[in-house]
Amino acid sequence: MRTMRAFEERMHVEFAGGGVPGFVHLYAGQEASAAGVCAHLTGRDVLLNTHRAHGPAIARGADIFAVAKEIYCRGDGLCRGRGGSAHLHDAANGLWAANSGVGSGVALGCGAALAARTKGTGGVAVALVGDGAVNQGVVSEGLNLASIWKLPLVVVFENNGYGEATAAEYAIAGGSIAHRAEAFGMPGHRVDGSDYFVVSESVGTAVSRARRGDGPSLIEVDVPRFFGHFEGDAQTYRSPEEAERARRERDCLVKFRESVISDGVLEAESLDLIDGEVAHLIERVYTEAKAAPLPPDSEFMEYIYADSH
Amino acid sequence: MVLKTYRQAINEALVGEMRRDADVILMGEDVAGGAGGSGEDDAWGGPLGVTRGLLSEFGSDRVLDTPISEAGFIGAAIGAAAAGLRPVVDLMFNDFVGVCFDQVVNQAAKFRYMFGGQDQVPLTIRTMIGAGLNISSQHSQSLYPVFSYFAGLKVLVPSSPYDAKGLLTSAIRDNDPVIFCEHKLLYDMVEDVPDENYSIPFGEANLLREGQDVTIVALSRMVHVATEAAAVLAREGIEADLLDPRTTTPLDTESILDSVEATGRLVIVDEAGPRCGMASDIAALVAEDGFGHLRAPIVKVTPPHVPIPAAPNLEAMYIPDVARVVEAVRRVVAY
Repeated sequence: MRTMRAFEERMHVEFAGGGVPGFVHLYAGQEASAAGVCAHLTGRDVLLNTHRAHGPAIARGADIFAVAKEIYCRGDGLCRGRGGSAHLHDAANGLWAANSGVGSGVALGCGAALAARTKGTGGVAVALVGDGAVNQGVVSEGLNLASIWKLPLVVVFENNGYGEATAAEYAIAGGSIAHRAEAFGMPGHRVDGSDYFVVSESVGTAVSRARRGDGPSLIEVDVPRFFGHFEGDAQTYRSPEEAERARRERDCLVKFRESVISDGVLEAESLDLIDGEVAHLIERVYTEAKAAPLPPDSEFMEYIYADSH
Repeated sequence: MVLKTYRQAINEALVGEMRRDADVILMGEDVAGGAGGSGEDDAWGGPLGVTRGLLSEFGSDRVLDTPISEAGFIGAAIGAAAAGLRPVVDLMFNDFVGVCFDQVVNQAAKFRYMFGGQDQVPLTIRTMIGAGLNISSQHSQSLYPVFSYFAGLKVLVPSSPYDAKGLLTSAIRDNDPVIFCEHKLLYDMVEDVPDENYSIPFGEANLLREGQDVTIVALSRMVHVATEAAAVLAREGIEADLLDPRTTTPLDTESILDSVEATGRLVIVDEAGPRCGMASDIAALVAEDGFGHLRAPIVKVTPPHVPIPAAPNLEAMYIPDVARVVEAVRRVVAY
């Protein structure tokens, strides 16, 4: 979680300074969601990413240097500079299809889950979806398919309160994503996404259920979004106090630290040590990514078709 | 060789590939046609009976009836393909791509390129094209030019049972997303078709007739309209090269350009619309790369720019016919 946070805090600074191509959507504030999900995934599982992609990619175990290089559209980025920030994908590590067609991960995840079951791999698929995508038809279609086919799929809605600039409260009829699960005949829960342990427990239950062959589940993770929809967003659609309050009261890293120290699981010194190592790592990651070359012009037309490379 | 219909040829390609490779699965609305009802589980075998008998041989794990939910099940088929299966998904009428366009053109077409070549998506989408059944404009279009726009997709337009079986076999064995366009008026066409599966390579046009006076390029059912027209013209002493590209991506540009180099005249017969269609595309190709060989303007024989009507008289005005092709060829030859 610290790595995700430090990566995004640094990205915020780098983007403002110029030199980061395209758009970036920062994950800061939502780290407990990706960490809580990925704690339960193995190599045979697939995590469908969203366009707010950096954090989940790091949590899933993608090479953080390759993640940064992809965001900088470098030739040895995760996707060889073809995808950029919003399309991080690392097949070897079971990280799929960060997607600008928001909500498609539910349908693609049905397919990954179907393939896992058909081929008997024992794998499950977890689709991350933002609250902004919940009203997409493909999300309802995917939830329906997952349920009638009893697929090993978990759909995790990261509700950060805003679909771009429009409040979830305005956009979501009925006011609850979790309640929609009932209509599709699957369990649905809303959990506090600022608490790693709460997220992890809920996802653990859903993943076990999927792995047992008992079918899909839906989890709504209530998370704060510390930055704007994308970098450069003036966020005039929400009060300046809102993000500040979220940072003050709903920071998953602060909660995690307090929790593990008070429970005697970890000591403050160990956590500080990790934070120091992360800071050092992030420095190296950004230095290397910025220095890396763009993809060679000569490879412009590669990777279109399987037989063209 | 045995006489078989286009419908049987497609069915045989599916059966053959499903026997050959356990990763091949079939999904779509009513591909079995009876899931969950009180009657037979495989009542329909596809709305026009093309997939009949597959459920009983391969079971419901490999022949999956889907809800009416194209974005959901095509998305699922893409995911399943990227995860190692070889799904053949039935989009029924190609007009329905409107409700799953994102899945086809932004997910399937880009999965390989946008992620830097990490994956392949061995997916075949079967879909019906073509007018002629008086079923109006949401069931009758020919949208292969739309699919051909998108790099990352391959697009097939078989005009005969033999080509249908060979091209579908190739599509299922191919490692990229392929749109396989079945013309609904061709299902009962019969031809000698081998029993065993065989593959026809993509990007190789079929030269159906040789002649020195004009090149006619025709696609899908228009191949048969052009064949009749060429016979009429031959009686007038006009001999045509008749080319069926068979696949629009990849397109056999070389065969088209070679033929125009020899004849100096080009007529393109396409059931897709006149704007941004394959006829426009092929005309542009020849105008750019074969201009020096042209002895007459290129003529496109296409429907007018209008939605397809249900009324039989109006639909007949929509679909290019033999008389229009004959007239177009006479015009370029007389130029």
